[in-house]
Amino acid sequence: MTYLYAAYAATWLIHITYLGILARRYARLKKEIESLQKKSV
Amino acid sequence: MKRAFPIFGVVTAVLLSYGLYQALVVAPTEQTMGEVQRIFYYHVSSAWTAFLLFLINFVASIVYLVRRNTKADIIALVTAEVGVVFCTVVLVTGPIWARPVWGIWWTWDLRLTLTLVLWLIYVSYLMLRRFSTSGQTPLLAAALSVFGALDVPLVYFSIWYFRTQHPQPVVGGGGSIDPRMMHALLMNWAAFLCLAFMISWSRYRLERLRREVEEMQGLEALLEPRGVR
Repeated sequence: MTYLYAAYAATWLIHITYLGILARRYARLKKEIESLQKKSV
Repeated sequence: MKRAFPIFGVVTAVLLSYGLYQALVVAPTEQTMGEVQRIFYYHVSSAWTAFLLFLINFVASIVYLVRRNTKADIIALVTAEVGVVFCTVVLVTGPIWARPVWGIWWTWDLRLTLTLVLWLIYVSYLMLRRFSTSGQTPLLAAALSVFGALDVPLVYFSIWYFRTQHPQPVVGGGGSIDPRMMHALLMNWAAFLCLAFMISWSRYRLERLRREVEEMQGLEALLEPRGVR
């Protein structure tokens, strides 16, 4: 059973890690957009 | 699409939960391997999803090579990235399944090695796109992905035509599978396809936004030194 749970947990860990990376990229992009908006004002 | 996205998210969550329930509770326990065989539902579903994403990447790359279409280029990038995530799941869950069944984590068997090569090809594709500053990067990446896609049928059919350590196919290869197992597999595949679509759609929007910001920053840099604004 340990191997079974390990495999399922690993699957979700990989997906959650990737989603975390995407969220970080989005936050960085949002900051860049905000700084561009400040410059143009 | 913006309005449909949350609804699609709920559908995906329901399907993932239902798939998990089918895989862990409803599907019968396999007689030889026991409970550990249930890894099959995530391992195979992830592999099929990865193959489909690499196939879309191949088609989008061909479209880009022929028409130089930006949307096709973004689709190719996104499907390669999400495909690598699902292929990583395959390469991680495979050894976890192999250890109690074969007694080893890994063997340089044809199916396993070709899958690792497939993963490495698409990782190199993503590294090329990430670190190359050449204007020709999308073109080079599209050409690389055409070669990478050749590995997909090799991986898929390797267990049909060669004697390997990896089990023979139970779906479509003359093997038999309990209908409840088949149902659990298809439900998990449907759930993973929905998940892959949702992630790909978000990533597509993110990439379009990133390119727009890059263009604006380029314009800003052009205008700034002359004091034009």
